[in-house]
Amino acid sequence: MDLWLIVEWVVKSGILLAILVTGFAYTTLYERKLAARIQVRIGPNRVGPWGLLQPLADGIKLIFKEELIPAKAYKAIFILAPIITVVPALVIMAVVPWGSSIELFGRTILLGIADINVAVLYILSVASISVYGIVLAGWSSNNKYSMMGGLRSSAQMVSYELALGLSFVGPILLAGSMSMVDIVDAQRGLWYILLQPIGAFIFYVAALAEVNRSPFDMPEAEQELTAGYHTEYSGMKFALFFMGEYIKMAAVSAIFATLFLGGFRGPFIDQFPLLGPIYLLAKIVISLGIMIWIRATLPRLRYDRLMSFGWKVLLPLALANVFLTAVVIVVFGL
Amino acid sequence: MGGLLEVLKGMWVTFKAMFERPKTYQYPEVKRPVRQRFKGRHVLKRYENGLEKCIGCSLCAAACPADAIFVEASENTDAARFSPGERYASTYEINMLRCIFCGYCEDACPTEAIILGDNYELSFTDRSQSIYTREKLLEAAPPGGKTTPQQVEPGMFDRSIPVMKNPD
Repeated sequence: MDLWLIVEWVVKSGILLAILVTGFAYTTLYERKLAARIQVRIGPNRVGPWGLLQPLADGIKLIFKEELIPAKAYKAIFILAPIITVVPALVIMAVVPWGSSIELFGRTILLGIADINVAVLYILSVASISVYGIVLAGWSSNNKYSMMGGLRSSAQMVSYELALGLSFVGPILLAGSMSMVDIVDAQRGLWYILLQPIGAFIFYVAALAEVNRSPFDMPEAEQELTAGYHTEYSGMKFALFFMGEYIKMAAVSAIFATLFLGGFRGPFIDQFPLLGPIYLLAKIVISLGIMIWIRATLPRLRYDRLMSFGWKVLLPLALANVFLTAVVIVVFGL
Repeated sequence: MGGLLEVLKGMWVTFKAMFERPKTYQYPEVKRPVRQRFKGRHVLKRYENGLEKCIGCSLCAAACPADAIFVEASENTDAARFSPGERYASTYEINMLRCIFCGYCEDACPTEAIILGDNYELSFTDRSQSIYTREKLLEAAPPGGKTTPQQVEPGMFDRSIPVMKNPD
């Protein structure tokens, strides 16, 4: 294989990882600031200008915290679980394109790690791995609250994954491809959120459930389960769970932007391909803002209602949407 | 469908809240004034001429349900007078770790010497700092008055309890 191709991939992956990890830190600040404004407060503003160094202070604090492992925990799995949660969240971003190609050092460089032809399937399969991290964390802690949290999360994530997968079908049918780059290119004229409003709604709701965000944060319902699956975790291992959650939020936002909001496309993108990452970032930030807004507004669903909403409302709606989209495409020959 | 409408209504409420002025007080720089009847740290009061109101009677210590107050009295002389009357509190200690800020000491005091003030910044880093001594609790001498001990003319401050006035 071409040596320069490997260098290119390594450099691009390094940049993406750096962006994701710092992005995670600043997503926490974004959430705290925005939630504070919604609650008519100011939010963190003491560390650095406007509190911009708050994530750094939090990170330093977490590193110096004591790492507790309960005596009766299954040690190997207990340590492995946070890693299993974080890694899929990081690798899921590999198939999201951040722009079209640019010319650099006499080479055509694709903005994005990989353009694989089954990108949507890749996303679905990698996203399901992180369920294991949460279930294993809950089980290996040997604590009833953790166990309950882990069980709840497995039931919830498996239920909502169906609706999530079905909401992907709309854009796939419209674009006629599973490659994310093709889906973005097919939205040159019209964003799919306008053609697939129900699909976009189902995707957003199911994605919230998939990343365990409020109002679907059952696995860590603190009023009932103290902290759910990460009750026994402390220090950096605890931070890894949070990193997994926030990076998954960003990843889900990126996928939402790519599938329904035209991805990296925006005005003047064809003249200046470097605008692509900026457009995508802007869309991610807006989507994250909506997630935080929802969290600051809605109370948690009761568990049985959560399940019946997933199975009795979201899944039939998603199926109907897929059916309708397919019929319209066949009849009108789009 | 109705549920979705309710959700959107709620989202609109929080969206409007996003553009309101934050109600936060930037605490160490901006302090919120306390309520009129707030019970904060105790203050030992003085008369206008600077003599201490406390006569060392220990009624506050007797009234204290948390047993936080310790008083030891000594004799006043006209050469070194701390308070009107025979005696003054040579030791007056309040253990802020025990105090429950009930204000019974205030009620028990016959000379209105001890008052729960408006200072609520009582943090300390060492347990010994939780004992507030007489020197910390005494307010500064008022303008025109002198600090204690004072040298006074004999026979001027023999009564310890001030003459009662009818309420206005």
